[in-house]
Amino acid sequence: MADLLAIGSRRGLRPALPLLLPAYLWLTVAIFLPLSAMVFFSFMTDLPLAGKEWSFTLGNYAAFFSQSLYSTLLFASLRLGLEVTLWCIVIGYPAAYVLAKVLKGRSREAIFLLVILPFWSNGLVRIFSWAMVLREGGILDTALNAVLPFKINIDLMYSYPAVIIGLVHSYVPYMVLTCYLTLQAIDDSLIEAGRSLGASRRQVLWRVIIPLSMPGLIAGSALIFVPVVGSFMEPRILGGRTGTFYGTVIEDQFVAVFNWPLGAALSFILLAVVLIILALAAPVLRRAA
Amino acid sequence: MATTRILEWLGRFYVVLLLGFLYLPIIIMAAMSFNASPFYQLPFEWTTDWYASLWQNEQLIAATWNSIEIAVITTLISTVLGSMASLAFYRHEFRGKKVLQALLFPPIAIPWLITGTAMLIFFFGVGIGRGLVAILLGHVALALPYVIVVVSARLQTFAPELEEAARSLGANQWQVTMRVTLPWIMPGVIAGGLFAFAVSFDQFVVSYFLSTPGQTTLPVEIYAAIRKGFTPEINAVSTIIIAVSMALMLLTARFFKFGGEK
Repeated sequence: MADLLAIGSRRGLRPALPLLLPAYLWLTVAIFLPLSAMVFFSFMTDLPLAGKEWSFTLGNYAAFFSQSLYSTLLFASLRLGLEVTLWCIVIGYPAAYVLAKVLKGRSREAIFLLVILPFWSNGLVRIFSWAMVLREGGILDTALNAVLPFKINIDLMYSYPAVIIGLVHSYVPYMVLTCYLTLQAIDDSLIEAGRSLGASRRQVLWRVIIPLSMPGLIAGSALIFVPVVGSFMEPRILGGRTGTFYGTVIEDQFVAVFNWPLGAALSFILLAVVLIILALAAPVLRRAA
Repeated sequence: MATTRILEWLGRFYVVLLLGFLYLPIIIMAAMSFNASPFYQLPFEWTTDWYASLWQNEQLIAATWNSIEIAVITTLISTVLGSMASLAFYRHEFRGKKVLQALLFPPIAIPWLITGTAMLIFFFGVGIGRGLVAILLGHVALALPYVIVVVSARLQTFAPELEEAARSLGANQWQVTMRVTLPWIMPGVIAGGLFAFAVSFDQFVVSYFLSTPGQTTLPVEIYAAIRKGFTPEINAVSTIIIAVSMALMLLTARFFKFGGEK
């Protein structure tokens, strides 16, 4: 019986194979093998290149757990991810609600497109554009001094808030998109029913709308939290010296310090954290999709 | 009901504010690329000098050509391979299908920092090393899942009876695919291709780890320039790059409804 089943499934897979193989071979060579290689390298003392001596070691992981610097930075990155995600919810959710329930027809379509358009444009350039706004003598500084009667110096550039602003700007369209999709699916009659049964606006919001749009909120949060924890370019450009996070330390191992095995170990620890988060969010994500 | 109307107007106003937040920095950056002062000083004085000086910057032009070349090749390869895989998922039922489909998720969901450094290690280990070939290998892999997802979405609207009908009328597999299926899913294939182009053309992180000084792409070159200090030249090239990618996405939107409304 088991043999029969096996033959049956092979019959199913064989005709599909020529169509599937090229794409999955490519993904294997460029994604899955590299990720496995990274795990392998993270247990090495040195790269096995040009006859260099190497052996297996747990030292790279020991470095993470013995030096508080790395775990401190990992927590700083997790905190950054959490803060950016919360700001994206606070800013993005109301906009998603207005898009889904207030705007109609062509204006909804146009504004929806406008919200997600920057998201698909170059992230690096958008981060750079904030430097124009935030630096001393930049637009924010000039504009506020033109309006306010007293002189103030706004120099947010190279600070923690600057990193937050840049990242929220980069990722808030994700939240609008995922929340919009679930909010749009909520039947208006449910909201009306709640209202006509005597619930206040606030009660309808907390008891009907937010629970029903939870999948969108969680999907958006996972999609934002994960890349923010691994961000390095945004803190580098907008954070300056205050912008040292877990991601920038990994970057350093590969482009400045050239301690690749340590970099691989740090990357793998990040990957483990990310996978745990995605696994926690997966059931909700699957239901949303 | 008056409260409802006030709330609705507040909501509309809020969305306008959000659009301002999203677009103002970009607009300011673009405006500064036309400002004569090299230190971004106001008052504003019109000039196109910064764009003119871009033409003198050979390093930048070389990187731009690399970017375009890699994006075009990435688009071609990932659209063909991705559409093939989508067809396989559409036509065939087999064990492990769910697993294969789930494997498309990691390339999208894992932070590019991890994927990029992993590629660097692996390509170095197997002798491909860094450079344009490595960047191309990486870009196609990043673009493939997007193509497969977009084309599969389009295939869901395709009735399998049409393929059956063509087959029973004597068309062979190739004819069925080229004359029946492909024309129907074309909007999805084009949208997938445009996604692939955007993924590659805007890709910074993975290219950054895989590039070498001579063989690099435009975003990597811009990052290097930003870290040396801000100049209006960076504004000029950034303005061009953002105009190109936004135009591309507007084009994509014609073929693919993001919100799934209709």
